[in-house]
Amino acid sequence: MSDATPTPTATPERPQLPAQSPPVDPAETAVASDKATGTGRLSWWRGDGGDGAKRNLGLIGVLAALIVVGAVTKPDLYGDPTWVWNNVLAILQLASVVGVVTVGMTFVIIGGGIDLSVGAIVALAGVWCTTVATQSYGAGGMIFTALVVGICVGLVNGVLISYGRLVPFIATLAMLVAARGLAASISNKQTQVSSSTFINDIAARKVLGIPILVYILGAVVVAGWVLLNRTTFGRRTIAVGGNPEAARLAGINVRRHTMLLYALSGLCCGIAAIMLTSQATSAQAAMANLYELDAIAAAIIGGTLLSGGRGTIVGSLLGVIIFATITNLFAINGLSIEAQNMVKGGIIVAAVLVQQFQFKSVTRLLARNRVTTA
Amino acid sequence: MALPEESVATESAEAGVEAPLVEAPPDTVAGEVVLRLTDLVKTFPGVRALDGVQLEVRAGEVHCLLGQNGAGKSTLIKVLSGVHQPDSGQVEWRGQPATFANPQAAMKAGIATIYQELDLVEDLSVAENAFLGHEHRRFGFVRRGRMARQTRQILARLGHGEIPPGRMVRSLPAAGKQIVSMARALSHEARLIIMDEPSAVLAHDEVGNLFRIIRELTAQGIAVIYISHRLEEIREIGDRVTVLKDGRTTAANLPARDTPTRDLVSRMTGRTIEYVFPDRPTDDGAGADLLQVEGLTRPGEFADVSLNVRAGEIVGIAGLVGSGRSELLETIYGARLAESGSVRMDGKVLRPGVGAAVRAGMGMAPEERKSQALLLGEPIYRNVTLATFGRYARLGFTDAAKERAEADRIAETLELRPRDVDRPVRTLSGGNQQKVVVGRWLLGGTKLLLLDEPTRGVDVGARAELYQVIRSLAAQGVGVLLVSSEVPEVLGLADRVLVMREGRVVREAAAGELDENTVLDLVMAGSLMEGAPA
Repeated sequence: MSDATPTPTATPERPQLPAQSPPVDPAETAVASDKATGTGRLSWWRGDGGDGAKRNLGLIGVLAALIVVGAVTKPDLYGDPTWVWNNVLAILQLASVVGVVTVGMTFVIIGGGIDLSVGAIVALAGVWCTTVATQSYGAGGMIFTALVVGICVGLVNGVLISYGRLVPFIATLAMLVAARGLAASISNKQTQVSSSTFINDIAARKVLGIPILVYILGAVVVAGWVLLNRTTFGRRTIAVGGNPEAARLAGINVRRHTMLLYALSGLCCGIAAIMLTSQATSAQAAMANLYELDAIAAAIIGGTLLSGGRGTIVGSLLGVIIFATITNLFAINGLSIEAQNMVKGGIIVAAVLVQQFQFKSVTRLLARNRVTTA
Repeated sequence: MALPEESVATESAEAGVEAPLVEAPPDTVAGEVVLRLTDLVKTFPGVRALDGVQLEVRAGEVHCLLGQNGAGKSTLIKVLSGVHQPDSGQVEWRGQPATFANPQAAMKAGIATIYQELDLVEDLSVAENAFLGHEHRRFGFVRRGRMARQTRQILARLGHGEIPPGRMVRSLPAAGKQIVSMARALSHEARLIIMDEPSAVLAHDEVGNLFRIIRELTAQGIAVIYISHRLEEIREIGDRVTVLKDGRTTAANLPARDTPTRDLVSRMTGRTIEYVFPDRPTDDGAGADLLQVEGLTRPGEFADVSLNVRAGEIVGIAGLVGSGRSELLETIYGARLAESGSVRMDGKVLRPGVGAAVRAGMGMAPEERKSQALLLGEPIYRNVTLATFGRYARLGFTDAAKERAEADRIAETLELRPRDVDRPVRTLSGGNQQKVVVGRWLLGGTKLLLLDEPTRGVDVGARAELYQVIRSLAAQGVGVLLVSSEVPEVLGLADRVLVMREGRVVREAAAGELDENTVLDLVMAGSLMEGAPA
């Protein structure tokens, strides 16, 4: 053992690291990314999560199955292309309000939180924007009010959670109760009719044969997708939800970002409030009842991990559309809403079971890989 | 350089590398052998955690296990308590070959483990915790009265009859919780109690009480395996010592009181793996002061720490877990708030918060890679750019292509394997995951790198590569502050070394002026040995 010395032994040559962050030559970058990905520069629109896309394929499969069920049970209706087209539009319109709320919810859940107050925020924003005083400022004033109320209530949630260190479940549960109370108090428990034709036309009108509500949903989904997949905001969301400690130690302001996520959810609620008010041409404190459950369920069916760090906007959209399709299917078959709810419950459980199964098999696969490469 | 083995243990030098095992005369303890381990081996993917462990424990003795971090003590405990199953080797329990399929089986056989993080249910009572999992029941109802009575008896046996069995565990101090853990062990009629650093959670005067309890237990014929980093405790309470190193028993059944410290220390550290460290630059390339820390204090963690790191210099902090080293690093980085003292970067006082530290040019690779540094499910490139993706973004829009290219450049210089930056970090080996964490800070002008246990769980080859990377960074003018409980790593890599013990810097010297045994003495010594010889 005389050759074992506790002092370090020298190595003859020491490879030199290149200088830090040299000015990037565009040509070099392209070559490097070629080597890295093997496919060249990636398309801007390509999603980043490979397995997320696979999960979404599964959801499309479920959707296709539902359509097959519809076609089998009502072959006469499904044989008529005009009816099918109108039915698709009806489903999308049905999905539009909850869909907008779900986009915000997806961000909150990916960021490691939960927002139980979305339905209450929609009601509060709806009631606030239809008060006589607000309506006197016209449609613009009403829209502005709904959005600002949504953002502000979301900010209150966010501040309580990130700076007051309340558990998201508790903070937003409290907000659920409080916001509905405030809405009831503002509206004096009355249904407030919207006299703005501009607002009421949003739900009534179609552009190029497609309801405006569906355009709004599309715009929110696209904006949400871009925000999540292509911006620093989205990247921070995934980091904060996936590993808050790592995000913090990498210099990300976790608290501020958490707060902003709830504000974003509030904004989506504000948009949804306008849509819902327009649909009903009125607002009341009891509107958007249990939207929080629909939104959470849709996000989870869409593959959003309830513990945070993983989820897709497209998945959430598909989750909402699946729910709307079930409702539609039951309606055209004249079945009760009770049966509908039972089926929805079953689908939620099935979706989570499938996810767990996939997750397990994936981790098992990875573990095996690690052993062979070790 | 004189070898520790040659100077203290001539018999091992004669026996050669193959048989470094030293057996003391076996008649030091009278009791029958309750536990005998022969050639125990346990491997995890990429790591041979136990690589031939021999251990013999007799009834009524306190058998101390000694070894550095990563020597395999924790794995050994987990094998004995049924958490892990050994790959090969023999476990003989009370004369019979035994396997413990799960923790319940080990408990049933009479082996109880008291972990460092006590596994008590805080919101249950003392009695409920003592009988957790084997409550006295009749017709499905818990017999609370009987449990309370028995708990009282057990507590009295432990000399702590004053603890009410009905009290909530949450309201007990750490020492009291430990006693509840022992009560649980006794409620199982344990014949062997494994204590993993039991003194770590105790104040100084409480340790005496712990020892009194241990003596009473052993007087009743119960065997105790006692794990501690503190040599003076081992001297006081231990009967025999077994030393582990790199998953092997390097010395068995040494008398705890009479074995010289040097001997024990050399058994813990004697090289079997050659660490390969890069050359230090011949000229003193260190530049101006980069980091200045003055009088930094966090009560209960560290006190009055002053240090500086110059550009291009590697400063190492040696110290054990609990010496306050990781907490110090996190405080410098702004992740913890200092009570007093200041941190300056380039002469400017840092505002609190990680954000300010990162903007000032600091980067940190934290101790717990998986829980503190990585997004395991996210691709490599996103982990590499976690601290910098904002810099590549334009108007808030991320530039994934640029990020991939930068990450790939880092992957190339760090020789990341595999070099596919779109793979999830989860699929990488420990060493390569660490490269991702370090690589994160190679992007975008990090001036000071804080490394907390950078090679924990990293295999030997990847270690050498990491050392090269760290040295090359220093050669480019980056200051490095390195924390490690592996003394050879600190001595081999750093230019200057600070030794920390119990929250204070007890020695500062150029790395060349210290050797491993001196540092280990300093790191492990009790207060009696303060100001140990250079």
